[in-house]
Amino acid sequence: MARKEYSFYPGCSSERLTSASNYMVSVEAMCKTLDVKLNEIPDWNCCGASIGYAEGGELPRHVMNARNLAISEQVNKGQDVVATCAACWLGARETKDRLADDPGLLAETNEALREAGMNLEYKGEQQVRHMVEVLIEDLGYDELKKPVVKPLEGIKFAGYVGCQTNRPFGIAGESFENPKYLDKLVEVMGAEPVEKYDQKVTCCGGALAFSEPEKSQAQIKKIIESAYDHGAEMIVTPCPVCQMNVEVYQGQINKRYGTKFNIPVTYYSQLMAVAYGASAKEAGLDGQVIRARKLEEIAAKSAGR
Amino acid sequence: MADMKIGAYVCQGCGLGERLDTKALAQVAQKEGKAHIVREHEFLCNAQGVAMIQKDIDEEGVNRVVIGACSRRAKAEAFHFPTVAVSRVNLREQVIWSQPATDEARELTQEMAEDYMRMGCAEAKKVVAPTPNAAVGTNKRILVVGGGVTGMTAALEAARAGYDVLLVEKTAALGGVMAKLFKRVPFREPYSDPQPTGVEDLVAAVTNEPRITVFLHATTTRTSGAPGQFSVDITTESGQTQTENVGAIVMASGFTPYDASRLPELGYGKSPNVVDQSGLEALALAAAAKGEPMRRPSDGREIKSVVFVQCAGQRDASGTHLRYCSGHCCNTSMKQAMYFKDQNPDIDTVVLFTDLRTPGNGEDFYRSAQKKGVTFTKGKVSGVEAAGDGSAVVKFHDLILDEPAATMAGVDLVVLATGQVPNSGVNIDIPADATDVDDKPVEHAVSVLNLTYRQGPDVPQLKYGFTDSHFICFPYETRRTGIYTAGPVRRPMDIAQAMDDATGAALKAIQEVENAALGRAAHPRSGDLSFPTFRREGCTQCKRCTVECPFGAIDEDEQRYPQFNEGRCRRCGTCMGACPVRVISFENYSIDSVGSQIKAVDVPDEFSEKPRILLLACENDAYPALDMAGVNRRVSSAFVRTIPVRCLGSVNTIWITDALNSGYDGVMLMGCKHGDEYQCHFVKGSELAAYRMSKIDDTLKNLNLEADRVRNLEVAITDMERVPQLINDYAAKIQEIGMSPFKGF
Amino acid sequence: MSDLNTTMVNEYRSNFLKEVEANVEEGRWVKMCMQCGVCSGSCPLGPAWEHPPQEIFMMIRAGKRDEVLKSESMWMCTSCYNCIVRCPRELPITHIMHGLANYAHRLGLAPKMNPTRRFAKIFWDNIVKSGRVNEIELSLRLYFMDGFKNGVEKAWSMKDIGLGMLKARRLNPLGFVTHKGCKDTKGIHRMLKKAREIEDRRKGFAA
Repeated sequence: MARKEYSFYPGCSSERLTSASNYMVSVEAMCKTLDVKLNEIPDWNCCGASIGYAEGGELPRHVMNARNLAISEQVNKGQDVVATCAACWLGARETKDRLADDPGLLAETNEALREAGMNLEYKGEQQVRHMVEVLIEDLGYDELKKPVVKPLEGIKFAGYVGCQTNRPFGIAGESFENPKYLDKLVEVMGAEPVEKYDQKVTCCGGALAFSEPEKSQAQIKKIIESAYDHGAEMIVTPCPVCQMNVEVYQGQINKRYGTKFNIPVTYYSQLMAVAYGASAKEAGLDGQVIRARKLEEIAAKSAGR
Repeated sequence: MADMKIGAYVCQGCGLGERLDTKALAQVAQKEGKAHIVREHEFLCNAQGVAMIQKDIDEEGVNRVVIGACSRRAKAEAFHFPTVAVSRVNLREQVIWSQPATDEARELTQEMAEDYMRMGCAEAKKVVAPTPNAAVGTNKRILVVGGGVTGMTAALEAARAGYDVLLVEKTAALGGVMAKLFKRVPFREPYSDPQPTGVEDLVAAVTNEPRITVFLHATTTRTSGAPGQFSVDITTESGQTQTENVGAIVMASGFTPYDASRLPELGYGKSPNVVDQSGLEALALAAAAKGEPMRRPSDGREIKSVVFVQCAGQRDASGTHLRYCSGHCCNTSMKQAMYFKDQNPDIDTVVLFTDLRTPGNGEDFYRSAQKKGVTFTKGKVSGVEAAGDGSAVVKFHDLILDEPAATMAGVDLVVLATGQVPNSGVNIDIPADATDVDDKPVEHAVSVLNLTYRQGPDVPQLKYGFTDSHFICFPYETRRTGIYTAGPVRRPMDIAQAMDDATGAALKAIQEVENAALGRAAHPRSGDLSFPTFRREGCTQCKRCTVECPFGAIDEDEQRYPQFNEGRCRRCGTCMGACPVRVISFENYSIDSVGSQIKAVDVPDEFSEKPRILLLACENDAYPALDMAGVNRRVSSAFVRTIPVRCLGSVNTIWITDALNSGYDGVMLMGCKHGDEYQCHFVKGSELAAYRMSKIDDTLKNLNLEADRVRNLEVAITDMERVPQLINDYAAKIQEIGMSPFKGF
Repeated sequence: MSDLNTTMVNEYRSNFLKEVEANVEEGRWVKMCMQCGVCSGSCPLGPAWEHPPQEIFMMIRAGKRDEVLKSESMWMCTSCYNCIVRCPRELPITHIMHGLANYAHRLGLAPKMNPTRRFAKIFWDNIVKSGRVNEIELSLRLYFMDGFKNGVEKAWSMKDIGLGMLKARRLNPLGFVTHKGCKDTKGIHRMLKKAREIEDRRKGFAA
């Protein structure tokens, strides 16, 4: 039996050939090393994301999330729900909190849930957690350090935490204005975190990267510029939207502002997978639009400690 | 003083033994200080060291003790020898801790320490342990003037502590403003709803308290005496007067609402539908008596919309109206808005504010008002105008949306939050026959206390007519010892604060009657038994002491000599500093006790490159700051010799001329801040000193000396970083202007 | 939709605050704002808001219904939640802004051409269709929402990004065909229909 077992909510962007498939690949490698078993919630649906508010409204959004949680309660009994995507975690947890506070809304939610298959009823039995919470709280930095076989020596990372893994819930014990866990993870993996990375929790624009590209790209520019200013060679993030926005628009930003950005943007799980000895492919490094060469080099080396 | 016997003790603890040649210090005390007994001890403040000193007092007849150890502010309990005069020589904080612990610094540090030993011995020769004043007042009754919530609370608190109280109320009934309120702002959890005022219970408690005697329809028509022995005439409306003796007085004369008729632009006086906060209370009380909702005053129609105008005639920078914030009005308006909301949530209530101020738990009350649907709009009201149907239009500048011409129409009732004007009585700083800009005689307020003091009939005022009382360090204290002010006469406040205030003032009054009975000083020289006396033969009747005493302690007798009311004296020594012929002294503090210390310092010759700077430091703030600088090892010039003084007000210019004449190169004075935001513990001492020092230029000119030879500085107790800097800057300045030409004379 | 608007105008008359409290997600919090302005100062797109949240709250209290609901302001929200964590009164500001935008959209008052409003609708329709996001379809619908010609231009301008994603195997060019989504799409559709019905009934939106 695995050391830890969770009910897993992967989310839309984790699927094969989607925007965060590399995240998922690296999470699998990381969890394998850590002996963490993820039991996927069968037939999970989209969380509605934040932008779902406009057309979706309140109850339909909660119903979407409640369906996933109700299936989890039915199938993965006694396990905490874990999400890797910031938006999925936020949406599911928002629903859990709101329904816990409002019995009327809970009743309405269950009324709607009955229309879906599987005889679902949401009871609010399971905790909704982010993968990072699980790593830090259930395993702890010491346990995360143990399997490191290839310390990421000599790489300087800007730990870009962004918004939704940080606000409004965040990781317990961390401040909203200057969370430290990502830097600690970087350190535990043997790399060097950028001190005083002042755009650590700046918003990348989220969904507005599609609808208001100029405004979003102005935000992304700040995030990248500060990483460069502090000597970072790569950016690391826990959020799929952050990862994509900060990585893929660098070309457009360069055109717009005359900059020469070309900085890899990776997931914490990719760092961990490489440090734990995974190959570049296993760590999802082939999924980078801007290649993370230094990580690839380490991944290519034979393990030695 | 034939039987004077000095015992000098040098401590070797806390590093003194390593940093100083204590044997040499002992020799200085013996040879130059003429100490009869000299001892070194490795740990003087321990039981053994203290016993050693006590033994010398008991068995060897030592009656002057010189202790070369730490600051007088440290180990005060260990070195407490009440039967003898004690001089503390501060070798620790202001010598070894303020000098570098290096070999190079050793010589200058030792010279410093030796000078301080000389000074300590010199002082010891000039002081004795004070004998208490014989003419103490032992009356412990407390007079409370004002029967509102403050006065009633003060009376109850004093009575419950076991003191008899006389409570004098001007009107026909107890209760004051509190009795005119429908409800009060909540004062305990959950701070969400208006509460019954509880005034009936308070009045009943006062009436039923056997220790309290209530005088209604009565005023205090004459007050004389001193703490422990005040004599007060209480006159009732019928004209009957009785004279009572009391030990202390609490003045709780309250406030009057600011006159809203001075705000015609806000519609007051033009429409009955514009009221002030007290007017709204009256409407609420009247409606409650009938068991009906409040109705529009003009036509009795239902009220559907109420606007509260905050800061009406308050926080007015132009000076036309009150310049200050009265503190309670935001909470009061919320409470009054709830009068409507609690009865009918559909009544629109809007509070128009520029800055909402709800300190402490007022924040919870604010949330409660918001939950109840009271609307808060940030805007500055420019006018209230009548519409045809009896309703009003409120014009305001919306400060969030930045709409200068925003309006609210259909308003049935407008409530103006006008603020508190203190009932302080006569402003004694304005001469009785003063005239205004139009040459009309200034109208004086009616006196509250009718003091017979030469300084005037009421307690002094500070800003905006509130009675003078230091808001942090010594609230309730006035400049009339034994008289304490509490409640809105002291500063603007609400009921809860007034009750706290009343309790504080009652405790101060109790403290004072107890101190007075023993002849002890009140704050800040609490417990000091010394008091000023003067040499009658030398007095020129110049009245400087009577005029300058901040506490009105000195009157004139029939022969126009100063008459000290020792009970009123706070022992600051301002009279001593003022006296041009130097005839005023205390047994433990005198022109001579400081002067001889100044002269005891060894002043090296002109060519030594060792200047001497005298620092006269106020014992309340400057001296502790210097100590703390030492504690934090901040280095300052080794050429400075510091003498603590009770207050800069006690500094007589003779000390300065003496110092300069005997070859000091500069004199620094460090005292507290003065002015409206004063920090002087004797209120006026540092101000008087600054005034006197402004005149010292002439003296310097006569001596042919540079103006920089004397420097007067304001410091605070928190200035431990700044104080050494000030000293070093001055030492550099002295270096720049060169050595004094008066050395060696 | 304008019918619904008329209904609401008639029901709440001049009391816009009450209307917001009844119909807008977390609207009951609006009255608790203490006008400190920390939200406005904390918003990453703050300068892009014609009326930042602080003003929106004030306008609601002042009954400025049209100005609020027709505003582009709330559509600038990136859902970063900075205002929520910084609000000293702990108002769920992000949700209130979402709620206002959603309400304005429901009433048909929201600015028609606002790109975020249009994208949000495309997004919701996209996820409802199969229960999961179909990324390629989402992108192309977004590009082509202003017609074929604009769509081609837009898609052309994004081609580098698309190619990058394709190369990194993070975009499925055949997603139109191969995207699978949830198994119980029918159940999901019924569930969402029901949810909408319940909400409309509660808010009095249903005819």
